[in-house]
Order: sequence, then structure tokens, then C-alpha cells
Amino acid sequence: MAHDATNHGSATKRIWTVFAILSVVTIVEVILGIIRPAFLVETHLLRMHLLNWVFIILTIYKAYYITWAFMHMEHETKGLRRSIVWTAIFLICYLIFILLTEGDYIFDVYDEGYISWDF
Amino acid sequence: MDATAVKTGTEGKIWGGGEAQPLKASYGKMMMWFFILSDALTFSGFLAAYGFSRFKFVNQWPIADEVFTHFPFLHGVDAPMYYVALMTFILIFSSVTMVLAVDAGHHMKKNKVIWYMFFTILGGFIFVGSQAWEWANFISGEYGAIETKGGKILQVVNAEGEQVALESFAVELPSARTQLTKSEALWYESESSMPDFDLAEVVEGFKANPDLLIRTQLLTEAGEKTILSREESLAKLENDAMGVVQGANLIHNEYGPPLFADFFFFITGFHGFHVFSGVIINIIIFINVILGTYERRGSYEMVEKVGLYWHFVDLVWVFVFTFFYLV
Repeated sequence: MAHDATNHGSATKRIWTVFAILSVVTIVEVILGIIRPAFLVETHLLRMHLLNWVFIILTIYKAYYITWAFMHMEHETKGLRRSIVWTAIFLICYLIFILLTEGDYIFDVYDEGYISWDF
Repeated sequence: MDATAVKTGTEGKIWGGGEAQPLKASYGKMMMWFFILSDALTFSGFLAAYGFSRFKFVNQWPIADEVFTHFPFLHGVDAPMYYVALMTFILIFSSVTMVLAVDAGHHMKKNKVIWYMFFTILGGFIFVGSQAWEWANFISGEYGAIETKGGKILQVVNAEGEQVALESFAVELPSARTQLTKSEALWYESESSMPDFDLAEVVEGFKANPDLLIRTQLLTEAGEKTILSREESLAKLENDAMGVVQGANLIHNEYGPPLFADFFFFITGFHGFHVFSGVIINIIIFINVILGTYERRGSYEMVEKVGLYWHFVDLVWVFVFTFFYLV
């Protein structure tokens, strides 16, 4: 992270660029959330609206910029970066997979009427 | 960062980390990263549990656009999500001023660090205040709803499908129920207030207004709530209605499954607590910057470390925003 007088300008420029990216992505998300385009809502991919996939991908895109640019992850050593990012991504993916699978199963149990939940 | 010359003021102390710098990061910064990792996993646990509950109630979850519709000073205006979007901007912008403070710290510009940190703290306070306002709206509720025996929520809509507040049509009935006061009861029994209307009054009012319909929580194929016909509505009220609910708390929730309110309070509350503690930590470092502690130490690395925490809070909000308000 060799910050010296020569690249001061470029560091600030990077910060404002990232701010612009984050703002634009947030505005796009809100607009999509309000108009909810029909073709994105009607198309399904892996049991979810395409719109939800768009939201999730845009969120991960924002998270990448916050971590890499604002938290200076891009200047850390490869070892530190991997020990943080890979650990988090692996455990979170695993957690999401088991919990959502289980939630889906429980919904089916109720939905098929083994247990009544609307009486 | 040069691996050699980071002073933290803890040299020689047992918790100073010593001279060794594995992965070319100082002890404090690396520990901040690992704290953030564990905190990120905590938040992931909460959000994944939210996902679990949502999948469990996947055909009847509330639609966020219909729940969060308020904007300050615009009463009665339907403003879905604009205020949360604004809150998101405030938090992202305070992240920007924070990273600018860190950058100014690298160049040992004390005054710039002071100003940027000041704006960061200000943004943090505005965000926490906004969240409190969001909570207040959510708790007091808007239209009110009818709860069924099965714990489901029935909302009332007019012929255009717009939601109608229960108090606007509930009739006044002579009621046998009076407020329980201490003078009427044992010393440990009393109730704070009585609802303005009860189920019988709402049902009578519903019968008197022929254009009112019941909306259930069930989502149609198009992702909208199911609206019953007039006959079905009356039958539903007759057979299933159990009581009225206004607003949301941990047990009753006029917007849908109580779990929705539970997770809303728990996750945004936990995040709000992080913002609040972030503001406090920022203030401590801000005072240290003004006192010249880091100027004397020759390094503004402490600003960078609290900056990491502050950006993390922003990072979490990005996910909370997506999963509570968008998806």
C-alpha cells in the first residue's frame, strides 16, 4: 500500500469512482424494486424470480467494491485476502444451502397437508 | 503500508503483537479483519435464518413495498422504499467520508482527518435516527388487520383493491368490556389502554359496507395478495376471525407472519446497534485525532482500523437492504 504524495490524487479519484458505482447500482435496484418489470418477475431460475437473482448479483457486486476499495482489501497480501474472503464465502454458501433446503422442505410438509397450519 | 513503520502505541506490551507481522499487516489490523469475519458470519446466520423462515412461509410473506411506504413530512403519500434508499445513500456516503479520512491520515493531514471523521459521525447519527423512525412507523402500523384462529392475517380492501384502515369503518357498539383499572382489580392487574374498536365492531362495520373485501396473505402466481369475493369474505370473517391487530410487535403483526416482525426487529436492531457502537468508537478516535495522539505516534493506523469496522457496517446494510426491502 505505497501511498505517497504522487498517487494521492489517484486514491481520491478511486474513492469517488467507487462511490459513483455504488450510487448508480443502488438507484437501479430501487427503480427495479418499484416497477418490478414483468418479464423479470415471470421468469424463474432455480425456483426464484430472475428479478431476485438480479438483486442478489448487484448486491454482491456492491459488496465487492466496498471490501476491495473502501476496506483496502486490494492492497492486502494474497494470504490475508484469501483467509478472510474464502472462509466467509465458503461458510456462508454452506449455511444458505442447508437452511434454505430445510425451509423449502418444511413448506412442502405444510403445503401438502401433513400438518394443518391454517385452521 | 510499509511493513516496518507502523506504530500503534502498544510496543513492548504483551498485547502489542510484537515485531512480527505475518501477512504484512499489523497485529491490530489483522485482528480487526478476523473480528469482522466472525461478525459477518453472525449476520449471515441471522439473514440465513430469515431466508429459512421466508421459505417456510414462501406463499404468504409480506410484500416490502406495501409495508415500508412512509417518507418524513409526506403523510398519506405512498412512497415505497424511497426512505430506505435514502438511508442507504447516507450510510454509503459516510463510508466515503470515512475512507477519505483514512486517506488523509496516510498523508498525515490532521485537519482533513478531523473534518472527514466529523461528517462520518454525523452520517452515522442520521442513519440511527432514521432507523428509529422506521421502527416507530412499523410498530404503530397503518391500517390494522384481523387475526384468524390459525394466526393468519386478514386485511381489508375496497373495490379498487386498496387497503382500508379498520378504524375508518368500524361501528360503535355498546360494549360490555371496560378498561381494567387498578381501582377495579387486584393491585397487580391493570391494562395500559384498550383498543378503540374490537372485532365485533369491525365485523359489523364490514357487513354495513358492501364494497369492502377481505385480502388474505396468500400470494397469487403474479406475486400479489389474494382478494376474496364478498361472500367468501363474510364467511371467512364469520368462521375464522379471532381478534383485531394494530401495528406490529414480537407476537402480533398486522403485515403478515409474526416472524417477519421478529426478524425485522432483530436484524435491523442488531445492525442499528452496530452503527451506534461504530459511532461511539468513531467519536473516541475523533477525540484522539483532535488531541494529536496519532500525530505524535506518527501513524493514523487507528483511523484505518475503525474505518474497517465502519465500512463493515455499511457492507452489512447493503445485504440487509436487499433481503428485507428488495427481494
